[in-house]
Amino acid sequence: MSVLVYTESEEGKFKKIAFEAVSYAKGIADKMGTSVTAVTVNASDVSELGNYGADKVLQVSDDSLNAFNAEAYAGAIAEAAKTEGAKVVILTSSANSKFMAPLVAVNLEAGYVSNVTELPLETTPFTVKHSVFTNKAFATTEINTDVKVVGLAKNAYGLKEKSAAATAEAFSPTINKGGVEVVSVDKATDKVTIADAEIVVSGGRGLKGPENWGMIEELADILGAATACSKPVSDMGWRPHSEHVGQTGKPVASNLYIAIGISGAIQHLAGINSSKTKVVINNDPEAPFFKAADYGIVGDAFEVIPQLNEKLKAFKAQNA
Amino acid sequence: MNMKILVCISHVPDTTSKINFTDGDTKFDTNGVNFVINPNDEFGLTRAMWFKEKQGATVHVVNVGGPETEPTLRKALAIGADEAIRVNAEPTDGYSVAKQLAHVAKEGAYDLIIGGRESIDYNGGMVPGMVSKLLGANFVNTCISLEVDGSNATAIREIDGGKETVKTSLPLVVGGQKGLVEESDLRIPNMRGIMQARSKPLAVKEAVAANAETTTLSFEKPAPKGAVKLVDNVDALIDLLHNEAKVI
Repeated sequence: MSVLVYTESEEGKFKKIAFEAVSYAKGIADKMGTSVTAVTVNASDVSELGNYGADKVLQVSDDSLNAFNAEAYAGAIAEAAKTEGAKVVILTSSANSKFMAPLVAVNLEAGYVSNVTELPLETTPFTVKHSVFTNKAFATTEINTDVKVVGLAKNAYGLKEKSAAATAEAFSPTINKGGVEVVSVDKATDKVTIADAEIVVSGGRGLKGPENWGMIEELADILGAATACSKPVSDMGWRPHSEHVGQTGKPVASNLYIAIGISGAIQHLAGINSSKTKVVINNDPEAPFFKAADYGIVGDAFEVIPQLNEKLKAFKAQNA
Repeated sequence: MNMKILVCISHVPDTTSKINFTDGDTKFDTNGVNFVINPNDEFGLTRAMWFKEKQGATVHVVNVGGPETEPTLRKALAIGADEAIRVNAEPTDGYSVAKQLAHVAKEGAYDLIIGGRESIDYNGGMVPGMVSKLLGANFVNTCISLEVDGSNATAIREIDGGKETVKTSLPLVVGGQKGLVEESDLRIPNMRGIMQARSKPLAVKEAVAANAETTTLSFEKPAPKGAVKLVDNVDALIDLLHNEAKVI
């Protein structure tokens, strides 16, 4: 009857969203008067999950699952849900979670709502709020099925620490890998990804050309941020598509989003709207981005950014 | 045997639409809204055109919706799809739509089913995955490259912070996005395409039984934002980010 939560790890280490998902699962479990069971795949140290409210951890250890396989992972999660008699299954908004969530839902004959932004408004009937129209609105939706799958929106709930201990149990589900096999993974390991970043630094057409991105990368380095760009910049090939954020690009839900030389087209704003604090630096005071931002500097990026980098370096040195 | 492709098309407000609700905030207000092919689906449709032209594939498009969605299907025909199907049902939730699409896909014995990774209206991101599971077909989500050779397929999917190359086989369901083709590959229908589209088949099928698993009760818009705080120097900005927003 517990709330089941999948806790994503990479090379044995939990991702921050795993802790956020457990915090959220604990919030639901408290509302329902039940416990939290986490399911992990090849995570090495599961004791950390107790710190966020997990009561029990089902540990899947299987070398054949080192590469992500949606079919097999979804099957393991569904089997864990059945074993635990879980009525609620929590997934996140990571690429892997979004890949397998519909498979888990069909497997469990469960209704699924993605991009959920807060704890359920009610648990009977089970009603959740989720973002729609690319963050331009929210919907309140009831899940009508016995078992519910909830996809938690990125950076929506935060971490809630508890001092508790989780009991770990080995779990060996039936592994069915289906017909999709990973051949290779191409991933920069030294760069902060837009998905995981607390801070995102984004450049637009106002930067005039790809050769001017040095100062943007420097700013990102100083802040430990990911770099991103607007749609025209990726369309012109100044930056790779993987950096394009906005309605048809990647969504951003960071704590801080710094937009430099981006005018703020409605499609761009939609994609970055769930970021908590937005800063805009643009030489056009009429740029629509100023209406969507929390802080702004009207000024030439080519003057402001080098100054900002210098001052931030000093600030970081002082506050290190 | 040439490949049979089904492209699932969602009929969505264009990206510049103002989002408003009506009937006591229970329905999307379509007043003055221009509807288009969901951008993620259009990348898939355009890739399907490539398979048609280079590999002799047949391309059908399908939408679940009322008669008002037919202009969007005609646009897909004008871009080059061979036939269109409209399942005459209100798309109430992701699961019920997936059930309709899976039924069409099964009946038509399609080899490749392409949808978008998500629609830009309800952002559920669940329909292609559910269709694959209902069909027992392979599934690749956030697909940014797709090659098919006989019954084998090689796909690249976007993952957080990189990409992953996978090998799979038909029948296959793909959740597509930009990268399947480039923005510059998208096609604006020409007059000839538009004329031809008028006489291409657009079949209306009755829906199969499918229960919605979720019910949307109401909508709301985000609370209005406070005014931007403008500063004229970077010291003031750093101070605000550190002491007020507490993000650095």
